[in-house]
Amino acid sequence: MDIFLQQLINGLVSGSIYAIVALGYTLVYGILRLINFAHGEIVMLGAMIALSVIGLLTDSGLPGLLIVSLGLLCAIPCCMLIGYLIERIAYRPLRHAPSLTPLITAIGVSIVLQNLAMMIWGKEFISFPPLIDVQYFSISEATINSVQIFIVIVSTLMMTGLNYLVNKTKLGNAMRATAQNAEVAGLMGVNANTIISLTFVIGSALAAVAGMMVTMNYNVAHYDMGFMLGLKAFTAAVLGGIGNLRGAMFGGILLGIIESMGAGYLGTLTNGMFGSNYQDVFAFFTLIGVLIFKPSGLLGKAGGERP
Amino acid sequence: MVKKILSAYCKLPYCKVISSLLLGLVLLTLPFITDYALGRIWVRILDFSLLYIMLALGLNIVVGFAGLLDLGFVAFFAVGAYSYAILGSPHLGIHLPTWLLLPIGTVLAGFFGILLGTPTLKLRGDYLAIVTLGFGEIIRIFLNNLNAPYNLTGGPQGINLIDPLNFGGISLSQAGWFPAVYNYYYCFLVFVLLIIFTTHRLQYSRIGRAWVAIREDEIAAQAMGINTRNIKLLAFSMGASFGGLGGGLFAGFQGFVSPESFNLMESVMILCMIVLGGMGHIPGVIFGAIVLTVLPEALRYLGPLQNNVFGKILVDPADLRMLVFGMALILVMLLRPAGLWPSPIRKQEFDEAIEDSND
Repeated sequence: MDIFLQQLINGLVSGSIYAIVALGYTLVYGILRLINFAHGEIVMLGAMIALSVIGLLTDSGLPGLLIVSLGLLCAIPCCMLIGYLIERIAYRPLRHAPSLTPLITAIGVSIVLQNLAMMIWGKEFISFPPLIDVQYFSISEATINSVQIFIVIVSTLMMTGLNYLVNKTKLGNAMRATAQNAEVAGLMGVNANTIISLTFVIGSALAAVAGMMVTMNYNVAHYDMGFMLGLKAFTAAVLGGIGNLRGAMFGGILLGIIESMGAGYLGTLTNGMFGSNYQDVFAFFTLIGVLIFKPSGLLGKAGGERP
Repeated sequence: MVKKILSAYCKLPYCKVISSLLLGLVLLTLPFITDYALGRIWVRILDFSLLYIMLALGLNIVVGFAGLLDLGFVAFFAVGAYSYAILGSPHLGIHLPTWLLLPIGTVLAGFFGILLGTPTLKLRGDYLAIVTLGFGEIIRIFLNNLNAPYNLTGGPQGINLIDPLNFGGISLSQAGWFPAVYNYYYCFLVFVLLIIFTTHRLQYSRIGRAWVAIREDEIAAQAMGINTRNIKLLAFSMGASFGGLGGGLFAGFQGFVSPESFNLMESVMILCMIVLGGMGHIPGVIFGAIVLTVLPEALRYLGPLQNNVFGKILVDPADLRMLVFGMALILVMLLRPAGLWPSPIRKQEFDEAIEDSND
């Protein structure tokens, strides 16, 4: 029981991060039907930019929390700008091309960003400076620290905020209209280009925060951290039903919990045959299993493809 | 001027025969020319281009013909390579002959293709993409970890000292008349020609037309009496078996295999070859495979180039290489969204689609 609670906490924390990244994928996918492969790299850039700012300010004597917030405040607009530029340069000219063409440019963008980051920040792991007093709380046998609590709270707030934005505001209305049918939305006075740009900007802002959370949780950043994270988050988005916001949140948290449970119990369940090094396999098997029985994801709508 | 000469040439009697003879001559002498002009290392790159042509043509059946987006193709390459490595190396002490090893890898990969295809029949588009991607990762993680409890794959270190390709007692790795890389070139060339012939015949067969029909509209294809389940599975296993054959040849050529060679980036690269070259168009795919194998190697010369232009090395060429490569991918797709060498029909469809969107 003791490890169950601990794994549940760990899963919830990493799941919240997956959920935030998955939201970025699903937002873009909902509108453009495009797998934005570069999204994971935006997460990485967010982490890197934030860490650089934090590194500059470490010796300034400012309080630790303020420095971390400043780092985050610098990372968010930078990532928004990068997201906007990516859409403008690599995706917009190909909007009417078949779906595989922008997929390849997305891969190209991902390679470019990763290598740029490698040239700027080097190949070494960058560690998060010990600025915050991490406090540990114990719940029966399990422990949770203040950073983890912070991550869960912030991601919950962001998810609620995004949910409100998409479902209740005028902008969200325009976004949903564009997702359903861009041409008709255009006839109703929605400027599709603006909406698509805004979608990328919002997704990138989420990614910047997620990048910050990842480095705070694991205490390191690396130029290729975005790739695997992006992959997992995309898996989470598909698990929940891609294009569906609540699906992405649900899928992200579910994937996080499945993974940490897999890591915790796989060894005992299989009598030591398979250890925690198989946790990724576990996640992908779950995905395949879910998609066999529910081909459009857990919360996705069944039905044909959009013409 | 060039056009005039070309059209005059095409009017000649036997012009097709002459072209084929010329092409054959170039293909036969290519390793000698490359070795002389660029050095031995480029003959090796030539061998790799041929390998990648096989893989790209295999994936082209799945993605280009049948329209099933597969992001885990490298798994079949891995299955072929590892079955060759396990059954033909001192690792387990089994040394099967090459003429058994290659078919085993091919058939096993085909079987894995069906294994992947069966649960994914209902999935479409991007859902299929992520499941195939997951499948590729599953295979890689298993290869990485199956060194315990029983050491089957050698874990992260992989398997070393694999038997070289050996036909009728002649080992290709021993320089006979030619250096070893030349032997492999001719061996791979034969396989590539065989695969080109097969895919070309497949494309215009009943099966090939069924694949294209499924790509264009699955429901309509079903209404026309095509058994979409079997035809899709056939596409998966066919493409996979080409991948498996390529894997076996790779293992015999390289002499060692490790899970590192079979990561997601490799699948993505093979997909890029197809899309960049021109999906579903065999010459385009071949061209794409050659370009994407040669380009990253050619970009290694960025270091000396900087030295000549600026007098010193400004940026580490190893870092710059992939950056330029990524930019090239983006640029090509922006400038030629249908690929570098699309089939005429596909190009026409593209132009029409773009005209429609401009209206």
